[in-house]
Amino acid sequence: MGVKTFKGGVHPYDGKDLSKSKPVRELKPKGALVFPLSQHIGAPATPVVNVGDTVLRGQKIAEAGGFVSSPIYSSVSGTVRAIEPRRVAVGDMVNSIVIESDGNFLETGFTEHEDIESLSNEEIINLIKEAGVVGMGGAGFPTHVKLSPKEPDKIEYIIANCAECEPYLTSDYRRMIEEPEKLVEGMRIVLQLFPKAQGVFGVEDNKPDCIEKLSELVKNERRMSVQPLMTKYPQGGERQLIHAVTGRDINSKMLPADAGCIVDNVETLVAIYNGVRYGRPLMNRTFTVTGDAVADPRNFSICIGTNFAELLDAADGLHTEAKKLIAGGPMMGFALFDLNIPTTKTTSALLCLSEDEASKYETTACINCGRCVEACPEQLVPSKLADYAEHKQFDLFEKWYGLECVECGSCSFGCPARRHLAQSIKSAKKLVLASKRKK
Amino acid sequence: MDQTFHVTSNPHVRAKDDTQRIMLYVIISLLPAAGFGIYNFGAKALLLIVLTIASCVASEYIYEKLLKKKVTIGDLSAVVTGLLLALNLPSSLPWWMAVLGGAFAIIVVKMLFGGLGQNFMNPALGARCFLVISFTGAMTNFSDYKGYADVFSGATPLATLKAGGSVDSMRMLIGTIPGTIGETSVIALLIGAIFLILMGVIDLTIPGTYILTFAVFTLIFGGHGFDMGFLTAELCGGGLMLGAFFMATDYVTSPITPMGRVLFGLCLGVLTGIFRFFGASAEGVSYAIVFSNLLVPLIERVTIPRAFGVKKERRAKTDGK
Repeated sequence: MGVKTFKGGVHPYDGKDLSKSKPVRELKPKGALVFPLSQHIGAPATPVVNVGDTVLRGQKIAEAGGFVSSPIYSSVSGTVRAIEPRRVAVGDMVNSIVIESDGNFLETGFTEHEDIESLSNEEIINLIKEAGVVGMGGAGFPTHVKLSPKEPDKIEYIIANCAECEPYLTSDYRRMIEEPEKLVEGMRIVLQLFPKAQGVFGVEDNKPDCIEKLSELVKNERRMSVQPLMTKYPQGGERQLIHAVTGRDINSKMLPADAGCIVDNVETLVAIYNGVRYGRPLMNRTFTVTGDAVADPRNFSICIGTNFAELLDAADGLHTEAKKLIAGGPMMGFALFDLNIPTTKTTSALLCLSEDEASKYETTACINCGRCVEACPEQLVPSKLADYAEHKQFDLFEKWYGLECVECGSCSFGCPARRHLAQSIKSAKKLVLASKRKK
Repeated sequence: MDQTFHVTSNPHVRAKDDTQRIMLYVIISLLPAAGFGIYNFGAKALLLIVLTIASCVASEYIYEKLLKKKVTIGDLSAVVTGLLLALNLPSSLPWWMAVLGGAFAIIVVKMLFGGLGQNFMNPALGARCFLVISFTGAMTNFSDYKGYADVFSGATPLATLKAGGSVDSMRMLIGTIPGTIGETSVIALLIGAIFLILMGVIDLTIPGTYILTFAVFTLIFGGHGFDMGFLTAELCGGGLMLGAFFMATDYVTSPITPMGRVLFGLCLGVLTGIFRFFGASAEGVSYAIVFSNLLVPLIERVTIPRAFGVKKERRAKTDGK
């Protein structure tokens, strides 16, 4: 099978060598863990514990606040210290449950299901929902909602997003190298829900060892295959991935299901497997601590809710001054001003850079060179959109398809005038969408 | 934690190329043509090149100093303008006209409209047109060139063709013919163009469409049928290669939309043909480019690229309001 891709995109320095050879190490947190009630798209979860309660690892501490929502489980055993607003990676204050770990990690019981094939679709989806599984690549869309499309018969592709196109991140890579069986079993469960679908693992070709391992595992699987993808950012963007694998295109008003596709990231598929097979809710995830300022870049299996500062310490801290701390990768991650924030279901990395390229260069005049147009995976004209955004010409912004922006940042990355194109476009998009909601 | 950290919107990394580096690539790409011009026309050509560049850079510096603006000569765009303008001048031009042209290019065409990125016309070509209109005799005097033994001595190959004569295609490729300093050697120009394409500074869309359209136009309306010698001469002469690869591709004054670039190339080809075959003069590249520059906002408006995954129907609806 040939290498597939999409039109546009950029090739940032990938930095994966810093941490890719480091096996995942389990990290037991000390002290207090924080569980924001909104770590998914949709309604916040509702606490089911009170301050002073003792909880076990794997105990539900908040239940889903609606259909599009997800329950939250404690990843440690200990005592509920507070339910109060805490700052999260994106900068907001979010109501959170604070649990003081007793250091024992005593688990509650889980119900295993050895014979998954005998489970009905409803039972499987309910198990996934109860396990608190959400899209762990960053979006945090509740997985049970994604797996309940209006017309299940029209789903033809289940795509495992194994691209990991964000530079520096290696958590998905380590998962694929260390536990590819779990990923394949997760895919098998989703395929059971959609009897007409094919399962495709889309892997960037900078991970030939993953392609080899997965290909070996699925070689006798009638309904699974591995699709090598060109190494290019944002290859793991949902719309770009669907295009590369199936040749189908979706826009901002469509869901992947409209193109007969469901896309799930590596961590999510593993979480589905753990949730259905072992009844274990989502309590851990793989996490990369990396960047040129980090003393010992590594991959961890973390208890969700662990403080970022503790993770940095576990990687031996900083060996040189860091100018910028980022939750996530350098292209779409969030800059942090403080490490005293919790990890959530969707945070995949802490990146510490000794240089801040975003503010290092001065913005100069746009020379209309068109590099942003070449870079845009959505085939937009970012320089025009940024002009319209900055001049508040929102009608023109919409006419030039500003709302189709996926906020991948490729335009800003490539701009020789160092304009903050993605930032302007993102802001305008928010304003336009907000005014549309008001109407 | 007592240290403060930078907080910005994503992305947090940037590519290496900046405006200055792109301009540097353009300057490097023009060196073969400039070098050949100096070889072909002698030290006078070198003097004109140096003076024109100096005039452009000095004009930008003085203008920005006087208006207390940030000095931007470091981006090297004024050097590019000066070099391009010099390559568009005959080597016999009096030095003060070249200096005046450089000042006109920067102050009138570029700075008065807001500086880099805001000018709607290629500064070097704007200045060339200004000089042709103001000093027609001096700007069309190619008698400096002694190496071309022909009855129409001192006339450019295209003027010779227009008057019914014939030209040597080989000499036109190499460039040992009369003309402006940088337009004569097709080979030198193509070496520069290939460099620009390899460095990712330009792509073939605009020059390709331009040259193809003009070739087709020449075959149909050129009056020589399928005379390949005539076609080659028309393609190699009159600064078409210099214009197509180095001036029509000027970022600021060409469309940014992919379809717009095709349309722009088409306009250039047709206009050059009209000016050459139906106009009074033998050359038409500068005017075609300058005129097409003016069409850019219109071209961009009708060639808004449809976003990824957006179907035709939706576009019709959006346009309707």
